[in-house]
Amino acid sequence: MKQTPLNARHRALGARMVEFGGWDMPVQYAGIIAEHKATREGAGLFDISHMARFWVTGPDSERFIQLIDTFDISKTAIGQSDYGIMCYEDGGIVDDIFTYHLGPDEWMVVANAGNAEKDWAWLNQHTAGYDVVLTDRSQELAMIALQGPKAESLLAPLTDADVVNLAFHGITKATVEGAAGYISRTGYTGEDGFELFLPAGEIERIWDRLLEVGATPIGLGARDSLRFEPGLALYGHEIERDINPYEAKLGWVVKLDKGPFIGSEALHDIKANGPVRTLVGLEMTGRGIARQGYPVVALDGSELGVVTTGMPSPSLGKNLAYALVKAGSLKIGAEVDVLIREKPVRATVVKTPFYKARYKK
Amino acid sequence: MSNVPHELLYTKEHEWVRIDGNSAVVGITEHAQRELGDVVFVELPDVGKSFEVGEPFGTVESVKAVSEIYAPLSGEITEINNEVVDSPELVNEDPYGEGWLAKFSFTTAPSGLLSAAEYERYINDEANK
Repeated sequence: MKQTPLNARHRALGARMVEFGGWDMPVQYAGIIAEHKATREGAGLFDISHMARFWVTGPDSERFIQLIDTFDISKTAIGQSDYGIMCYEDGGIVDDIFTYHLGPDEWMVVANAGNAEKDWAWLNQHTAGYDVVLTDRSQELAMIALQGPKAESLLAPLTDADVVNLAFHGITKATVEGAAGYISRTGYTGEDGFELFLPAGEIERIWDRLLEVGATPIGLGARDSLRFEPGLALYGHEIERDINPYEAKLGWVVKLDKGPFIGSEALHDIKANGPVRTLVGLEMTGRGIARQGYPVVALDGSELGVVTTGMPSPSLGKNLAYALVKAGSLKIGAEVDVLIREKPVRATVVKTPFYKARYKK
Repeated sequence: MSNVPHELLYTKEHEWVRIDGNSAVVGITEHAQRELGDVVFVELPDVGKSFEVGEPFGTVESVKAVSEIYAPLSGEITEINNEVVDSPELVNEDPYGEGWLAKFSFTTAPSGLLSAAEYERYINDEANK
């Protein structure tokens, strides 16, 4: 199993370690609920070095990203970043990504750990005719996230960068406790916060310092519950090889008017015809927790779809779920059954997202 | 180090059993609750239902995981802990006490259960794998 440069730190902190996307990662330290609340109320510190960091440089870097990304990055200024999706020709999803515009002809693409090899191959497969250089810097640069309402005040004294005035989705070169890298105002929790890209050899020291000044270490368990409440998609759940962005309610990330890109023809047709399935939010009213893969059925027992993510929401104190169901089959307030170990348990379709993100914009 | 009370018997599925005459109280071990994390949901069978040894008789869920609980012996459920259904966190707070799950009555004495020493060795071996 692969290890991040912070592996020994997780073990020393008494984390429970699990395999995730081929990596030996902390799933929890003190407990998912406590960590979840610490992030919503204070500042949570996450090791996300398992994610992929690919550099795209060269005169055609922007044109190349426009080819592989559904989003229109022509308006992403230097020092800004945007959420994007890489699609297959048929509109299915390769991965969701963040594209950071670092400098003239210099971009960083951050992708999911579990998809890193596939994404790297996918990018390299499409460079023909583009004057670009792809560099995998995932090993040399560690990546940590500091998220929550106290993230800004904890980070500001430790860096030369003006993080207080760093824009939402902005990225800047920064020195943190003497280590040179980047800080961005991005994250995956629905809170204000930052992601730090710093040399792997110096990350233990910076991790320790952030804990010292009051950040709480957060494992993958709470990372999942924190992204679930504000409705941030997770590959393998809401998005997948056979789920397209319109089904996943990510149509806003698909910019068909920017010109052709991989998947644009198929996505044009999907949009014109309307997606076959759609993502809805469910609140369990019966006793039970919906989990990924559980069938969702109408009250007469007819099939509607399947749960993509479900769990007890630590912030809202309800058992909630996202489900991918037949498009147009369910309105807000409709009642359905979730089959939990073959038993129907009642749920109501509710508005999403469950939790309103509190970004500093 | 896990707390493994010496007066109890155990299973490799991390249940503990307290035998008293022809009845047995069953719960999950301190090690099991720690591995699971915050317990948020407990589902137990109706009193009067019978289970064969090894058959799942209930479910304990954490924020992230669903874990079935297996009957450590063959018998009939004579009592369930309704407190733990209402307050699942009792499984974390007091796994060998207020966090007990169900009481079985049995006619054939259970066999194949682990002693505290055997269970302790088992979880240490698992950890070193």
